[in-house]
Amino acid sequence: MSVLELDAVVGGYGDTQILHGVSMKVDPGEIVVIIGPNGAGKSTAMKAVFGLLNLSSGKVSLDGEDITNMPPEQVVRHGVCYVPQTSNIFPSLTVEENLEMGAFVREDDFQPRLRELYEVFPPLAEKRRQTAGTLSGGQRQMVAMAKAMMLEPKILLLDEPTAGLSPKYRGEIFSIVKTVNATGTPILMVEQNAKQALKIANRGYVLVDGKNKFEGSGQSLLDDPEVAEMFLGGGAAA
Amino acid sequence: MIEFLNFYLIPGLVLGSIYALGAIGITLTFSILRFANFAHGETMLLGVYITWSLVQFSGLHPLIVLPVAAMLTVLAVLFIDRAFYKPFRTSPTIMVVIASFGMMLMIRSVVQFIWGVQLKGMTQGIQRPMVFFDSLRISPKHVMIISATIVLMLAVHYLLSRTKIGKAMRAMSDSPELAKLTGIDTEKVVRMTWIVGGTLATAAGVFLAIDTHIDTNMGFKMLLPMFAAAILGGIGRPFGAVAGGLIIGVVEEISSYPWIGTEPLLNPGYKAGVAFAIMIAMLLWRPSGLFKGKVF
Amino acid sequence: MDQFYGIFLYVISLLTMGGIYAILALGLNIQWGFTGLFNAGIAGFFAIGAYVSAILTTAPSARHLGGFEVPYVVSFLVAMIVSGIIAWGVGKVCLKLRADYLAIATIGIAEIFRLILKNETWATNGPRGVSMIPKPFESLPEPWNQLAFLGLILATVVVIYFLLETARRSPWGRVMTAIRENEKSAMAAGKDIEKFRMEAFVVGCMLMALAGAFIAHYLKFIGPNATDPMTSTFLVWVMLVVGGSANNKGAILGAFLMWTIWSASEILTSRLPDELAIRTAYIRIFLIGLALQIFLQRYPKGIFPEVRPKPERRVNPAETPASR
Repeated sequence: MSVLELDAVVGGYGDTQILHGVSMKVDPGEIVVIIGPNGAGKSTAMKAVFGLLNLSSGKVSLDGEDITNMPPEQVVRHGVCYVPQTSNIFPSLTVEENLEMGAFVREDDFQPRLRELYEVFPPLAEKRRQTAGTLSGGQRQMVAMAKAMMLEPKILLLDEPTAGLSPKYRGEIFSIVKTVNATGTPILMVEQNAKQALKIANRGYVLVDGKNKFEGSGQSLLDDPEVAEMFLGGGAAA
Repeated sequence: MIEFLNFYLIPGLVLGSIYALGAIGITLTFSILRFANFAHGETMLLGVYITWSLVQFSGLHPLIVLPVAAMLTVLAVLFIDRAFYKPFRTSPTIMVVIASFGMMLMIRSVVQFIWGVQLKGMTQGIQRPMVFFDSLRISPKHVMIISATIVLMLAVHYLLSRTKIGKAMRAMSDSPELAKLTGIDTEKVVRMTWIVGGTLATAAGVFLAIDTHIDTNMGFKMLLPMFAAAILGGIGRPFGAVAGGLIIGVVEEISSYPWIGTEPLLNPGYKAGVAFAIMIAMLLWRPSGLFKGKVF
Repeated sequence: MDQFYGIFLYVISLLTMGGIYAILALGLNIQWGFTGLFNAGIAGFFAIGAYVSAILTTAPSARHLGGFEVPYVVSFLVAMIVSGIIAWGVGKVCLKLRADYLAIATIGIAEIFRLILKNETWATNGPRGVSMIPKPFESLPEPWNQLAFLGLILATVVVIYFLLETARRSPWGRVMTAIRENEKSAMAAGKDIEKFRMEAFVVGCMLMALAGAFIAHYLKFIGPNATDPMTSTFLVWVMLVVGGSANNKGAILGAFLMWTIWSASEILTSRLPDELAIRTAYIRIFLIGLALQIFLQRYPKGIFPEVRPKPERRVNPAETPASR
């Protein structure tokens, strides 16, 4: 059974429809990447999972359970964590406090989890007492991901984690995504840097105008001449 | 010099402590609920009159009944939040500013209806000041107000930096949207904000009543200095608000010290305008305040 | 017969005061209704207008500044200009920040002006206020003087109404709406938002000063009570919200309606025994406040909802001015 499944999802903000029937799934242990042109509804599809927009039809299920239109605070409790593209950390809290907030819904002792994550993200252990707002862009992304991982989620959603980062940091973030994934957490990720993202992805979806256009394994999309021409041209420079 | 300490600086610090306690509530509501709460002065007023009634009823010292009075005030504030502010949680914040503006007059009219408008005193009798080094005179009530303020501030510090809910309050003040996405129970944070704000407002009001007297305008008179203190310290910075409150209290008092010649530098009748002047200067020069708060 | 004459005079006074409040409500409508600016210090601008016009027109007096005895037209204009200049200063500081700051600063201006009234007794006669203010048409016999003054007020309301309606339909009015609804797109369209907001704020405050000037001459007396936030600021807000923000007809209707309720309820409670009458006065304030809250929550569009000047615009029922 898939961890996460979107089935013919239709919806948008207010009266504006953005998704016109998007279907995708994430299987256990996978990294799945959503790519596509600007305005294709990539981030919107991810927000649909997180209950941030109203779906007029279609279904979102988590481990087979229907979570369509569930409010975000409930979705978190069901084990989905979402890292938005911008303002994804609490800048005036320390690194450690950020991670503690990530564990807000946990009733049990989160200290062991904190220690685990410090091993996955050694730079954070070093800066645990530092105010998160003073960190570099790449380190902030690390805090954001670690914060989301505090809940040991069933799936992690990342919205353009490398947006605005220099090429050097981009590579770093992709390798962190792989590390996080290696701990067993499936990841669904929206990315502009399509080429690099597809390289680490098990599978990918190409969205155009709020609809599925192509799908396949990361490598097959990279090799597909049509996909390459439409979306990977810019990625080659990266 | 000693006259300056006795009659200007110490009263300034006392007044500043009172402003500081009130301004913490203003700055927390402004940064966590994202609106300027015009009813905060009247929360203080309500707390004072509840305390006065409890003192009359029990014959105990105001400080002893203060926790009960604060609890009752907090209950009233939580009810007001549920009935009048909560419906606007997802509306533009200006709606809730208007609602709080209306609440300001509603609370005051309730107080005036129940307790009347005559001046009242919180404590009876005149206390003999304590004398240090032969000439430094501090009245016991001032010692009490300043030390109680320090205790309350340490408690706020502990809450915000050591407890889960306190950290969540700071998180929500950084970003309410992210707090929600993180799974933080934002309504619980909101309740805690009212609990802290209402308790400190009651304390501030009672201290002011002990220092001076009780009247139904005292809440409104406190509003501007509290806003000024919150802006001076930086919105969302509780300790900035404390610093702001102390600065404004001290400047208000020493502004009428005869710095040049024998006349007061500023006509004492304009004391209340000092806070406003400081606030406008701050908004012009640095709207984020002394301690880099938020600017909306 | 006497009784009817009394009622007749009461109705005239009701309409006169209602008309003066309508000017205040129209002033606030430019600021809040059309531009989304929160003015919490209406009382301040109102009192500035009242005192400026009163001092400029009264005969010399040992108790306060005066003896200029200028014509009404001049005193009204000066009152508006002084208020406009102060509004410009406040706007300069606050208009680039969020609405809350303007609210705090305007309440502060009202407070500062109250301090000035209290302390500068040489100019304002302090708490005893300025009296013997001349009143237009007072040389006419009763009740024609009252009727003529009412005529002046109503004519002013009508003129302001038509000016504002013209402005609202003009490109200027459309920019205002655009700013209120979506600051970012208006900014992207190259509109200098701060300038437009400033214009709305200053014009609104000038109208408030005009209303203040009228009240000083109507009552022939003005005291520091004019800065009381209840009777001016708060009541005007209730009038506009109940009548319908962003609708000039609504502002006028709200003013007459709420003033009638306010005044009639005062007559009712004044018949109660003294002690009770004083206390029920506070219930009136409470109920007016409750009315504001109920309208904000349940009927945010007021009695007369906003009518968009451009018919081709998509009108979303959820998008009321007050819900912004």
